[in-house]
Amino acid sequence: MSDTPLFKVTIDNITIDVPAGTTVLEAARKIGGEVAPPAMCFYSKLEGSGGKCRTCLVEVSKGSEKDPRPMPKLVASCRTTVMDGMEVKNITSDRVRDARAGVVEFLLINHPLDCPICDQAGECHLQDLGYEHGAQGTRYEFQRRTFKKHDLGPYIQLHMTRCILCYRCVFTADQVSEKRVHGILDRGDHAEIATYIEKSLDNDFIGNVIDVCPVGALTDKTFRFKNRVWFTKPVFAHRNCDKCCGEATLWMRGDEVFRVTARKDEWGEIMDSEKTGKTGWICNDCRFDKKEAGDWTIEGLADISRHSVIGQGKYPGLTMPKETISKVMDGRNPRLLMDIHEVSEVNRPEIELSEIQGPATSAVFKTKK
Amino acid sequence: MSKKLLLEKAHVEGIRFFDVYRREGGYQSVDKALKSMTPDEVLEEVKKSGLRGRGGAGFPTGMKWSFLAKPEGVPRYLVVNADESEPGTFKDRYLMEFLPHVLIEGIITSCYCMGANASYIYIRGEYAWIPDILEHAIEEARAAGYLGKNILGSGFNCEIYVQRGGGAYICGEETALLESLEGKRGNPRIKPPFPAVKGLWGCPTVVNNVETIAAVVPIINNGGDAYASIGIGRSTGTKLISACGNINKPGVYEIDMTISVEEFIYSDEYCGGIANGKRLKACIPGGSSVPILPANLLLNTPTGEKRLMTYESLSEGGFAKGSMLGSGGFIVLDEDQSVVQHTYTLARFYRHESCGQCSPCREGTGWMEKILLKILKGKGTIQDIDLLWDIQRKIEGNTICPLGDAAAWPVAAAIRHFRDEFEWYILNPEESQTRNYGLAHYADPLEVVA
Repeated sequence: MSDTPLFKVTIDNITIDVPAGTTVLEAARKIGGEVAPPAMCFYSKLEGSGGKCRTCLVEVSKGSEKDPRPMPKLVASCRTTVMDGMEVKNITSDRVRDARAGVVEFLLINHPLDCPICDQAGECHLQDLGYEHGAQGTRYEFQRRTFKKHDLGPYIQLHMTRCILCYRCVFTADQVSEKRVHGILDRGDHAEIATYIEKSLDNDFIGNVIDVCPVGALTDKTFRFKNRVWFTKPVFAHRNCDKCCGEATLWMRGDEVFRVTARKDEWGEIMDSEKTGKTGWICNDCRFDKKEAGDWTIEGLADISRHSVIGQGKYPGLTMPKETISKVMDGRNPRLLMDIHEVSEVNRPEIELSEIQGPATSAVFKTKK
Repeated sequence: MSKKLLLEKAHVEGIRFFDVYRREGGYQSVDKALKSMTPDEVLEEVKKSGLRGRGGAGFPTGMKWSFLAKPEGVPRYLVVNADESEPGTFKDRYLMEFLPHVLIEGIITSCYCMGANASYIYIRGEYAWIPDILEHAIEEARAAGYLGKNILGSGFNCEIYVQRGGGAYICGEETALLESLEGKRGNPRIKPPFPAVKGLWGCPTVVNNVETIAAVVPIINNGGDAYASIGIGRSTGTKLISACGNINKPGVYEIDMTISVEEFIYSDEYCGGIANGKRLKACIPGGSSVPILPANLLLNTPTGEKRLMTYESLSEGGFAKGSMLGSGGFIVLDEDQSVVQHTYTLARFYRHESCGQCSPCREGTGWMEKILLKILKGKGTIQDIDLLWDIQRKIEGNTICPLGDAAAWPVAAAIRHFRDEFEWYILNPEESQTRNYGLAHYADPLEVVA
């Protein structure tokens, strides 16, 4: 690495030296915090990914030291390599913020917004993106896009309505597993992830598509409707596996293992394995079958620094408030005014949510009454 | 009568076949280039001619060729873009159907200039009968010794392959075309790297329009300077214009770029005026993706001069008051045409043809189509126009390939110049459903507000 020249790049007025060939996005991630543009489709572990979702657009206000002209268009930071002396504006540019708000709106107009029944809720990149860069309401007043259901086999659940077509799962299947059977069919706004024709995804490493999916389009069928991610506690664990590195995150509640995923870093990407030094993809056996705490050697609590709801109480530098609620409210103790089950049409314990196929709507609850 | 370079012999009987074409002076440029010129001299002539890409963007061809990377031991390719899918453009079809040998002649000379030994013609799937014509012509050329190994004893080898596309608009974008040619899904690649460095199968590739390659023939025959002497300013040579819409004589016309738009529409040599004695309302001068212009801005530039059929003159005034020559798909609308209906048709086309790779284009084109349909059906609101404007603004420039821009520009221009027609649809919902045309008060050229 010593022979690659270092380039000086300034992102949002913060200067950093990075090796030549680094992308703007990776340079910004080195600085960290708000400076790092959001990325829905780029995945540093997957070759060829990125450039598609356009959420990471940045303004290049100075091309390089040699050629200081600014770039006329906003560029996708995940696919633009840095030049020496480059100056980039991310959140300090109104153009970028405006374009990003536009992209978020485009991503959400056909999204079902079914977060309350989505297994990804709580660790969903689209939720974070919408929260940070989106508008409060929608200007879209037409029927949202729907798709015919495809069954991808016993392990992976596809919700095509939630998909943002980031192509990450396609790249994963290409680069991690041996034979890809799914891909993008059709084009434009009716493009969909599917197999041709109706095959199940069956490969030892295909479960990794669940981990790379930024939204709830591909979820774990063995975890479906079992729990909310923020009620489960992530712990690092490992086991001896002859297929993969065997290093995983268990999502536990008490002694029960609800879900097994690969270990992810603060950008939601799979970490490198400590044992092999390569990307820590895990195999289907570890992910779907080893659901007993006894199968694993538990190392300890996983580090969660992503700004997601599962990071609740784990924000770095956050301290408990000293005041009690009654002190804040001038001595009044808040109490519940009503029992939600008495007034709600929806929240009825006799309905088993896991038996409902697809998004639960009020119609479902009315017919089941 | 303007000078014709490409279509001069188009009406000679049997010009489609090699012996007639040869008798009429064909393949002289190949003889001249391979026998008496070096590749660098050919490039110099093309640069001198000032030839600009005829596919739409108008990038100088000589400069494009000189960007081609030439690493040792790596093959180079010339890909001819015959995926002519832009609505309103049909010049390449005419050229390939009636004068296939002009294209083949141009390919051989261009390949010689670039040092490419293989060339691909990527032709759109809808032109079902043209690959046969081209392949027949290629066989004839090969039999005459103009293709294959050691052409004319110069030691230069060249092969031409014809590849049919599946009929997707997006495959006319150069990188999507290369993907499709490689047998993959026709999604545009992210640039850089540009095709000149990493194109077809990772090798340096030049992608040119059919008409651009055909124009190399007169450039070599007559010299670059002679070619550059035709036309005005940086718009040199002749251009094929596919004229269609409400005109008396639709068809493909070869113009030298000196005539005015008014002359092109009204003179009997070209379009022959507006059909049925109607008045001109608007025109799209360069294929469906360039901004539409109302009659007053079409005939005269914002500075009050006559607008000419050149790259510069048509784009004078920027997008606010100008348009683009584009690919030369000249669509004329008379006073009976509804711009709202027309814009909706275009939006539907772009929604259908978006590849779905990047989000602004995939979602935005569908959204615009739905809003336009709503307005067209008389159910729109005034806010919808502003929403449309905002959507197109957020698509433009934020996508991987120019399809996003191409989808945004027509909508933007229609709102910019014909906003009151959109408002008329909204404010008169009942009348707009019973009349199949919009407002006609743009028909007469208006005073230009500076």
